[in-house]
Amino acid sequence: MRWISILLGLSGTGAVGFFAVREIIMYPMYFFELVLGGLTRGSIYALIALGYTMVYGIIQLINFAHGEIYMIGAMTALIVATVLGMWGWNTAVIVILAFVFAIVYSCAYGFTVEKIAYKPLRNAPRLSALISAIGMSLFLQNYVMLAQTPDYLPFESLIPDFQFWEPFAHIITSVEITIIITTVIVMILLGLLIKFTRIGKAMRATAQDKVMAALLGINVNNVISATFVVGSATAAIGGVLIACHVGQINFYIGFLAGLKAFIAAVLGGIGSIPGAVLGSLVLGISESFFTGYFWSEYEDVFAFAILVLILIFRPSGILGRHDTQKV
Amino acid sequence: MPIKQQLKQSLIIAFWFMILTFPIMVIKVNTIQNIIVFRWFNLLWVGILTFFASLVWNYFLRRTEAGKKKDFEDDTPLIHRLLQNDRFRRPFLGLVAAFFIAYPFIFPMYHTSIMISALVYVMLGLGLNIVVGLAGLLDLGYVAFYAVGAYAYALLNLHFGLSFWVVLPLSALLGTLFGVLLGYPVLRLRGDYLAIVTLGFGEIIRIVLENWDEFSNGPRGIADIPAPTFFGHQFNQDNTMIYIYFIVIALVLMTIFFVHRLENSKIGRAWIALRDDEIACQAMGIDKFKTKLTAFALGATWAAMGGVIFAAKTSYINPMSFTIWESITILCVVVIGGMGSAIGVIAGALVLILLPEYLRAVAEYRMLVFGALQVIVMVFKPDGLIKSVRKVYTFKTSQEPQQEKIAHGTHT
Repeated sequence: MRWISILLGLSGTGAVGFFAVREIIMYPMYFFELVLGGLTRGSIYALIALGYTMVYGIIQLINFAHGEIYMIGAMTALIVATVLGMWGWNTAVIVILAFVFAIVYSCAYGFTVEKIAYKPLRNAPRLSALISAIGMSLFLQNYVMLAQTPDYLPFESLIPDFQFWEPFAHIITSVEITIIITTVIVMILLGLLIKFTRIGKAMRATAQDKVMAALLGINVNNVISATFVVGSATAAIGGVLIACHVGQINFYIGFLAGLKAFIAAVLGGIGSIPGAVLGSLVLGISESFFTGYFWSEYEDVFAFAILVLILIFRPSGILGRHDTQKV
Repeated sequence: MPIKQQLKQSLIIAFWFMILTFPIMVIKVNTIQNIIVFRWFNLLWVGILTFFASLVWNYFLRRTEAGKKKDFEDDTPLIHRLLQNDRFRRPFLGLVAAFFIAYPFIFPMYHTSIMISALVYVMLGLGLNIVVGLAGLLDLGYVAFYAVGAYAYALLNLHFGLSFWVVLPLSALLGTLFGVLLGYPVLRLRGDYLAIVTLGFGEIIRIVLENWDEFSNGPRGIADIPAPTFFGHQFNQDNTMIYIYFIVIALVLMTIFFVHRLENSKIGRAWIALRDDEIACQAMGIDKFKTKLTAFALGATWAAMGGVIFAAKTSYINPMSFTIWESITILCVVVIGGMGSAIGVIAGALVLILLPEYLRAVAEYRMLVFGALQVIVMVFKPDGLIKSVRKVYTFKTSQEPQQEKIAHGTHT
């Protein structure tokens, strides 16, 4: 199995490498556009994938409702921006308030979802928690659909076209560059949070060993809540940014985005934060190449095919540790 | 907790939910026409509902906590206890049989048609019950096998003119084959990855059916699928419906028989053991991979047969009938009815499919309620509404003849 995977990996890299070199030489501009498009896409995946990987790292649960948190973030931003826009507020204030509200509300939803659907099931079998998570996802989707609308709502971009970016706008739009830069900043802040703050240390300790962490005086329940809140905040940022990029949202956007982000998290090695970022970028760029060079209608099939391949050949992902099952 | 404190807690929770749901429940925006509607009454409703809901929720949560400490109490569901009773069982089964036989002749065709779909769900539920309920593998792409069956009938009939009765066993084989093909690479993985991979597989099948025009006619679907014939005789429209109804009844009976026999067989007990404790099970010498693969493939077999019935009944199929929602509905049937319990799954399918059909007013809230029910069932009654009972053999030290007794059985 191992030799097959190495062989496949090498030949795959070789083929892709050859193809890439030929393409770069022939159509360099198109290639760069695809790379940048992939980076944008990957950045959004990364913002969502973080929530999956952090939650999985701590309570070993695939939080199916995470995609919905992202959707609620985008929805809240849309509502706030529209209402304030009608009241004629200043654009800069609207942008800031829309982001703040989206983040605050997503965090609140993430927190509440954990308290309702996962906390009572902490010691239950994993299948129960997983089904509960699917139920929560279904509930949130339908809640937004019934309370708002099943149709797509146009979303006026909150990010203006920057004047100074004008010369580069034909390669990469100012929205896209904002997405990439925001993601980098969020990643750095998150890294600092995990590495240096008390709560970050507590998170790492809880992820390693919940019982031992509790014995050392860490309030495990609070740490788990904090993880959900942090994950939801990054997802909300991703939600608002992608809504600006695509220009329309509905209640269903969270489902596919959540799945893709999950695939990215598995690709990078679930439970590992740098892995989630790396996996997202790899998935984003390879998806971009696939749709750019091959068939765009099979875009989603490609992501799932990648998932199946990784799970068969390297279930622990690119950066993941191989964990042994304890009796 | 004193009642005053409880009320205070619920008030705080209600207030929290009023803030939480404010933007989405109260403000309704339409960015196309630039209209904003404020629905302040919703805020009131959310407050009142969550206040009472949290009281009830906390009450049950405390009761569940307390219930865990008491260990042995006989909580066999009422229906099982009644079915154990010989004096009750015969008349009850007789009544049920009479009802289902008379059903298409008493009620108009529309109701028969709805009953057929509900019975197809009973079949699908029982099939998925093998995978999820007995073997503990979460399959979110079950509808893919259903699609395999439906398209197998439609395409084999279109190109080769094969009849319903030829395709039915063929599709069962095809379903098994697909189950093995998909199960082989992914069943070696840990349980929760399986959910995602199967979900992905379900979507892949649907996307391929939608985009591969030459093969499946794309989103336009395939029309004019013939109904089954009775030894070459074609019934008129009404009688065809009744005929299909009895075919489904026969298939459901067959499924119940098979599942019941499987449950108490060597492989069935291996599934349950595997679900409860994988490592202990392997230590007892059970081939984990083979056992899981059997469950997965058998589940797929039933889905494919259900698909053939579906195609024959509606006479038109397109990829939109095989979305992820279908998989989730079947999963709800199994989970809410009671994982591992055949009676639970049958009752679950009939209630969950028939109720929304007849209560049109609430039909749009169907998925919302399903989602909420999934969470509630998992938190308070993880065994579902009618839980499965396990055979327990008790030793008798006295001279009385040994007898089987159904007693307390839980699965974890």
